[in-house]
Amino acid sequence: MEVFVQQVINGITIGSLYGLIAIGYTMVFGIIGMVNFAHGDVFMVSAFFALIFLLVLTSWFGIASMTLALILVMVVAMVLTGLLVWAIERVAYAPLRGSFRLAPLISAIGMSIVLSNFIQVAQGPRNKPIPPVTRDVYTLWEGANGYPVNLSLKQIIIWVVTALLLAAFWYVVQKTALGRAQRACEQDRKMAALLGVNVDRTISLTFVIGAALAAVAGTLFLMYYGVVVFSDGFTPGVKAFTAAVLGGIGSLPGAVLGGLLIGLIETLWGQYVSADYQNVAAFSILVIVLIFMPQGLLGRPEVEKV
Amino acid sequence: MNSAVKSKDGAGIDFGRALKDGVIIGIVAFALLGPLVGLKTDQNMANELILQNRLGLAAILSAIIGVGRFLLSAFIYPWIAARGRRTKAAVTLAELEARARVTRGLSVTGLIFLFVYPILIISLFGVQGSIKWVDNYGVQILIYVMLGWGLNIVIGLAGLLDLGYVAFYAVGAYSYALLAINFHLSFWVLLPVAGILAAFWGIILGFPVLRLRGDYLAIVTLAFGEIIRLVLINWKDFSGGSAGISSIPKVTMFGIYSFDMNATNSFIKAFHLSPSSAYYKVFLYYLILLLALLTAFITIRLRRLPIGRAWEALREDEVACRSLGINTTNTKLTAFAIGAMFGGFAGSFFAARQGFVSPESFIFMESAVIVAIVVLGGMGSMIGVALAAVAMIGGTELLRELDFLKLVFGKDFNPDQYRMLLFGLAMVIIMVWKPRGFVSARQPTAFLFKRKTVSGDLVKEGHG
Repeated sequence: MEVFVQQVINGITIGSLYGLIAIGYTMVFGIIGMVNFAHGDVFMVSAFFALIFLLVLTSWFGIASMTLALILVMVVAMVLTGLLVWAIERVAYAPLRGSFRLAPLISAIGMSIVLSNFIQVAQGPRNKPIPPVTRDVYTLWEGANGYPVNLSLKQIIIWVVTALLLAAFWYVVQKTALGRAQRACEQDRKMAALLGVNVDRTISLTFVIGAALAAVAGTLFLMYYGVVVFSDGFTPGVKAFTAAVLGGIGSLPGAVLGGLLIGLIETLWGQYVSADYQNVAAFSILVIVLIFMPQGLLGRPEVEKV
Repeated sequence: MNSAVKSKDGAGIDFGRALKDGVIIGIVAFALLGPLVGLKTDQNMANELILQNRLGLAAILSAIIGVGRFLLSAFIYPWIAARGRRTKAAVTLAELEARARVTRGLSVTGLIFLFVYPILIISLFGVQGSIKWVDNYGVQILIYVMLGWGLNIVIGLAGLLDLGYVAFYAVGAYSYALLAINFHLSFWVLLPVAGILAAFWGIILGFPVLRLRGDYLAIVTLAFGEIIRLVLINWKDFSGGSAGISSIPKVTMFGIYSFDMNATNSFIKAFHLSPSSAYYKVFLYYLILLLALLTAFITIRLRRLPIGRAWEALREDEVACRSLGINTTNTKLTAFAIGAMFGGFAGSFFAARQGFVSPESFIFMESAVIVAIVVLGGMGSMIGVALAAVAMIGGTELLRELDFLKLVFGKDFNPDQYRMLLFGLAMVIIMVWKPRGFVSARQPTAFLFKRKTVSGDLVKEGHG
């Protein structure tokens, strides 16, 4: 029982990160029907931005307060990652609207390779460990066999930050002019353009918002695991994509739900079935979901347009 | 055209705007490269991360990007726009035929060159000196040519983006390695077996994904590729885990001569040659050349068969294809299976050549390299794929030879680091600039009854 509760806590933590990344996939897919293959690597680059600015703040400016440092780092990572993705979108995706169907996907695969290899060349291929941001752990209760159920401060931070950001994000999408434009473009791009929505700008901003959320996930990932390496984008990227598909691609609540589910399935599978095959489980879910229920849990069934 | 419009056209070079573009892009580049390149994280003696200041390098790179953007805005875009305004004459049939003649001439010259290449190299560098040129360049490039041609059937002809092609390569390699070690079967028996097993896996993996559309299919094949690799790593009893399988038997010359020095029927002893692995490498070269040509020959013949026509129809428009009564399930499955079969052939050759296989050789990046070669070659064009493989694999290999680069970039310059970076950049640039391929463009093999002059360049999604 204690083990189970502990794994659920861990699963929800990882799942929150997957959910944050998955939103980027699902929004971009919803608006232009493209799988942004480079999104996982954008997440990895954002963790590197966070790492570098954490080092700048602690070693150059000598900021001792970890809370302040973390908030500053997160903001910087969000801004820089947003800028990066804006540039990528302008260079590699925007010229391809109206090209043949697989062109944006191939371009995105190329961009993903560029990002991970660029980081490998620029920052070196080794693991980048940081000292733990906080070591505080609260024991919720102890089981009869002496097995404690722990909740670390890091996990609490991840839950709170994710919840706050999702609330802010939900507000942006539902209540602001940008969110309205976004939903309009999602339904009918041509009609939205006719009604005066700046479609190009809306698409760019969609990419940027997705990237900012991925940057939050990247910062939290760095804080939680305390290490990042250039190849860290691929597996979380595929898992977050799985989450987006599981929740129903195009659906925002679906992305979060899918993320939590993938996090839970992965940790419980690792605990109860086989730790070796943890990633196989995640990839298998992707295959099974895509084959048997491509519309996902909360998505709309896809209508094939001729 | 009146003079007012003309003068406006002439003043198309707007230096003010170009300068603004350049400066903005330069600043953006510095904001991004400043941290990523300018502040390198390194571990000190106490295993703590420290920052190494390289902001100067970042500034130089950003300046290059800014100037590049300025030149693009100021000169290249106006030039392209001016060129685009000239009326583009439709390609005539005569031009198409001339192009086909050039391609044919190129193929014949290339073929002759490929067959005399080892002889040429041996006469130039001697027997021992030829190893590097035959093995690192010849065999290595031809493996990728063959993989590119195999994947070309799936991506270029049938239009199914397969990101897990390396899985079939792995199936072929492990089939040969395991069957040769455990059952002592020869390469010549196992080559078709590996092909059949890979084709079988192609059907198994292809069957569930048939209903998926393009990008979903790509992701699912990627997941399949990863699953196979992860199983190979973790199922240690079967595959030896990440340590891999070593001492895989060499290829024999059809069972008559062996290339093992100690064997009684050793090739070297039989012909009283000085002991050298060069002869084996030359043999491998001709073997992979013939395998690659077999792939090309079968593909070219299949394109003329109804199934080949069906693949091309499927690539252009799946819905139209289905409504014309083509069985898309069978069409997709055959493409998957035949593509996988050639991957399996290449895989068993790879295992025999290396003498060692491990899951490390079958990572996603390997798939990405093959996809990049097919994309660069112009999805569907055989000669384009071959040239792309030569350029990308041979080119990066060649970078290693250029010693003066070491003088420019410092002693520890290692071009291999930049290999994948170049591949990725090439993929993006090709898609943005020439989505129909860089090296060559595919030509439709089936013409309408009334011979219309429509080439792949002029149509979008096949809507002539």
